[in-house]
Amino acid sequence: MEVWIVKNLWLIPALPLLAAGLSAPLPQRFRKLSASLAIVSMIGAFLLSLCAFAHAMHLSHANDVMERLGRQSTGVREFFNFAWLQFAAGDAGILKLGWVLDPLTAVMLVMVTFVGTLIFIYSVGYMAHDQNFTRFFTFLSLFAAAMLGIIIANSLLLLFMCWELVGLASYLLIGFWYHKPSAAAAAKKAFITTRIGDVFFFLGIMWLYHETGTLLFYDNGAGCLEQSALAKMVTQTTCFGLAVSAAIGILIFIGAMGKSGQFPLHVWLPDAMEGPTPVSALIHAATMVAAGVFLVARVYPLMAVHIDGAAAETAALQVVTWIGAITAVFAASIAVAQNDIKRILAYSTVSQLGFMMMGLGTGGVAVGMFHLITHAFFKALLFLGAGSVIHGCHEEQDIRKMGGIRNYMPVTFLTYAVGMMALAGVPLFFSGFWSKDAILHAAHGWSVSHIPFYLGVAGALLTAFYMTRQMALVFWGQYRGHTSHETPQVKTPELVAIKSEYQPHESPRSMTVPLIILAVCAIGLGAIGTPAWPWFQEFLGSHHEEGFTRGVIQMMMISGLVVLVGGGLGIGLYGFVQRKRADEPDVLEKLPLGMHTWFAKKYGIDELYELTVIRFNAWAAKACAFLDEWVWGGAVALVSYVMLGLSWASRAFDEFVINLGFDQGCERVSKGGSLLSRLQGGRVQIYLRVIGVALVVLVLFLIWGGAK
Amino acid sequence: MTLSFAIIAALIIAAATAAMTLRNLVHSALAVAIAFAGLASAYLQLGAQFVGLTQILVYVGAVAILIVFAVLLTRGGEAPEKSVFSASWFWGAAIATSVFALLACAINHSFASKRALPPQPSATVEQIGQDLMTKFVLPLEVIGLLLTAALIGAVIIAMRDESPKSKIEDGGSKMDKTSGPSSILHPPSSSGGHQ
Amino acid sequence: MTPLAGYLLLSAFLFAIGLAGALTRRNAIIVLIGIELMLNAANLNFIAFWRYGANPEALTGIMFVIFAIAVAAAEAAVGLALIIAIYRHYKTTNVDEMNSLKG
Repeated sequence: MEVWIVKNLWLIPALPLLAAGLSAPLPQRFRKLSASLAIVSMIGAFLLSLCAFAHAMHLSHANDVMERLGRQSTGVREFFNFAWLQFAAGDAGILKLGWVLDPLTAVMLVMVTFVGTLIFIYSVGYMAHDQNFTRFFTFLSLFAAAMLGIIIANSLLLLFMCWELVGLASYLLIGFWYHKPSAAAAAKKAFITTRIGDVFFFLGIMWLYHETGTLLFYDNGAGCLEQSALAKMVTQTTCFGLAVSAAIGILIFIGAMGKSGQFPLHVWLPDAMEGPTPVSALIHAATMVAAGVFLVARVYPLMAVHIDGAAAETAALQVVTWIGAITAVFAASIAVAQNDIKRILAYSTVSQLGFMMMGLGTGGVAVGMFHLITHAFFKALLFLGAGSVIHGCHEEQDIRKMGGIRNYMPVTFLTYAVGMMALAGVPLFFSGFWSKDAILHAAHGWSVSHIPFYLGVAGALLTAFYMTRQMALVFWGQYRGHTSHETPQVKTPELVAIKSEYQPHESPRSMTVPLIILAVCAIGLGAIGTPAWPWFQEFLGSHHEEGFTRGVIQMMMISGLVVLVGGGLGIGLYGFVQRKRADEPDVLEKLPLGMHTWFAKKYGIDELYELTVIRFNAWAAKACAFLDEWVWGGAVALVSYVMLGLSWASRAFDEFVINLGFDQGCERVSKGGSLLSRLQGGRVQIYLRVIGVALVVLVLFLIWGGAK
Repeated sequence: MTLSFAIIAALIIAAATAAMTLRNLVHSALAVAIAFAGLASAYLQLGAQFVGLTQILVYVGAVAILIVFAVLLTRGGEAPEKSVFSASWFWGAAIATSVFALLACAINHSFASKRALPPQPSATVEQIGQDLMTKFVLPLEVIGLLLTAALIGAVIIAMRDESPKSKIEDGGSKMDKTSGPSSILHPPSSSGGHQ
Repeated sequence: MTPLAGYLLLSAFLFAIGLAGALTRRNAIIVLIGIELMLNAANLNFIAFWRYGANPEALTGIMFVIFAIAVAAAEAAVGLALIIAIYRHYKTTNVDEMNSLKG
């Protein structure tokens, strides 16, 4: 059983893939069948993931025992590689793929399959009125298969292939309501922006292959993340005195930046909220955007290898930390001024991803992954809750048009509150507190600089602030829907007409039950990483100091203070004096220097890109089109004209030389024949004349010619 | 050359030329009779009296008359012609001239222009008769046959076609009166294809 | 010019005249007359050679001419009969129109 699960790890992504394949050709009326296929496949994958997790725990435990006994460690990972294709002769020409089971893989598998199953069940209720129900579940299953493929991949190539598939599934799902031009544009933006990151990722892959000759991570010492390869790469230097390992690490990180929405490639994530809410929850909160963080965690040995100094000081990890810290504050500041419920959550995701990157850079795999796992649960919870609110308010998404929802949708309110407190990091009971605390603790202890720590604190404060603002505006006060002069938000063409009454209502059980389950996890998961029992950190390999040391308690108090200040500000500004109408100006608009406008307009980054990159791209496309039409097209046309000319010449030759010659020849023959036939005209006098001529000629030539 | 020869030559040539160029056929026939007569006198001058008189008997007495008869029989229905000569008379004349030139050159370059005169031979009728009966008896008989065949043939060819009663006797030929004796010898397969 | 040459030239000239007429005249009877003239020219030639040539005792020339006259007469008869028959068919004695063997 033990080795079986490692060899057959491929079953985990294969089950959703099978569901997607079976569901793809189904006609749209087979709703129940496609939904059942998807959910059953995810449950199956979850069960298999549990098996894998158990095995990984077993390996880790055995390894711990060995280490304590002072014997050689047996290692915490098992893998299975196989040859895929042979493109050149010999051993070096075989391209290998494989999967690996180690603690990182195990926790991600369990998280993705569990959250995925819950969201699939939620989608049954949320998309119940949609016409393209079946297509939705096909795409969801495809996405799940690709994401699971990323997690188990032991080869950078297999990871990249699944990475691209995940991007495709994201495109298909963001643009699910493709009749909406904004949705189609958002899907395109997402795909292209992540593509930019993927270009650098691919450069990194190629460089890595060139350096080490293999793309397998672990291969009995021959893998690219193993000691010999790393030693080779860290000693070589490239431009700016950068070690090759750091350079490759930075290139791979740029790919992660695209996928995880770090500054400056973050622009697609908020627009991706055009997709249905389950999509936002699954892809753009819990899993796909976490793939970037997962990638950094996976290639962490490459980024962290160093000759001297500490692991956290390598150039690659410095880049990761700085970008993460900047993104955290940047996105949080934008979220403060947004009015769309999903957009606030989107920017919050970007900010939290920045936190995760910061945690990876300063504290290592365990710190970053802990926050990733906890964030997945409470962010999915928040998104599903937001979806429930939107559904209940009849597709209204502007928080200024909501209010007092807690009276209409109590279950949603309670679960949402749990999620909000986890995200803000309310102390002690909520998982977000423990994971964020770990990050701040690691940042505080970073030897390079303390600025990321301060940026992280600022980010946490802003997080608490804007979440409190959102809660206040949505769930407290009076319901403000249809009190403004604007008309209700336009619904998508696929959805059935809404009910005539405008009052918000609670969502069906298929939507609220996953909310409750996720809320429980949002509280409970904190327990696995507290300093009292740092099981998670030890499981993932970083040897944490146990117990509540002085530094730890200090950090906990700082975090708690930050949450209090942020929350207090939020309640103070938004909780007491509730706005009456939807289109009242925001309290924050009184901020000096037009800061609110800056936040609301997302710092104008989109406009900047539009002016520079997009314009350049359009110009380049026009230039290529011109080149294609006139230069290559002209060359082709020229060739075709040459051929036409040749064919015309050939035809002319055929017609005038051959035909004419033949015709003329025949004519000559017939004319000659007609000439000759005149000899036999039937006129006797002609005959006589010929005889006379013949006589003369004969006498002349024969008698006289011969005689002389 | 003697004067008589010159006169006779001139006569012959003039008559021949007249025969060939006159428009009226009867005049042409009479001119050719004069030419025959002139030739007869040339024979007489050469000492071939029998031949000369035979010439008059046969040619002038029979052939010329025959020609006149033929002219008379073929006269009616002739359209007045524009020209007596054919359209390409020049080439005919040229050919004739070239033939004459050829002959004249041959004569001039041959021995005939240098030979001396032998004495006058004698050719009596008795000698001619003797030769005919002995040396030339075969040609004589053959000539007789030839003349017989020619006479019969000429009569048949020139015979006018019979009435329809004889046509039925011939085995149902479909020719009408105006077709020639070809209907008796070989009935044409096509019915009435004449010009 | 010897007499022989004179007679030969005369016969050649007569021959040429007869030939010219036979080649150029339209009427068939005139063509026949021309042929007769040609024959006569040949006869004159024979007689001239008999008179001025070698061995006149053999009478070869005279014999030949006698037979030639006979043959010419027969030929004239047949030819004229033909012309009469053709005249009946074609209604004309124009040699240019008598150019088809088909009836």
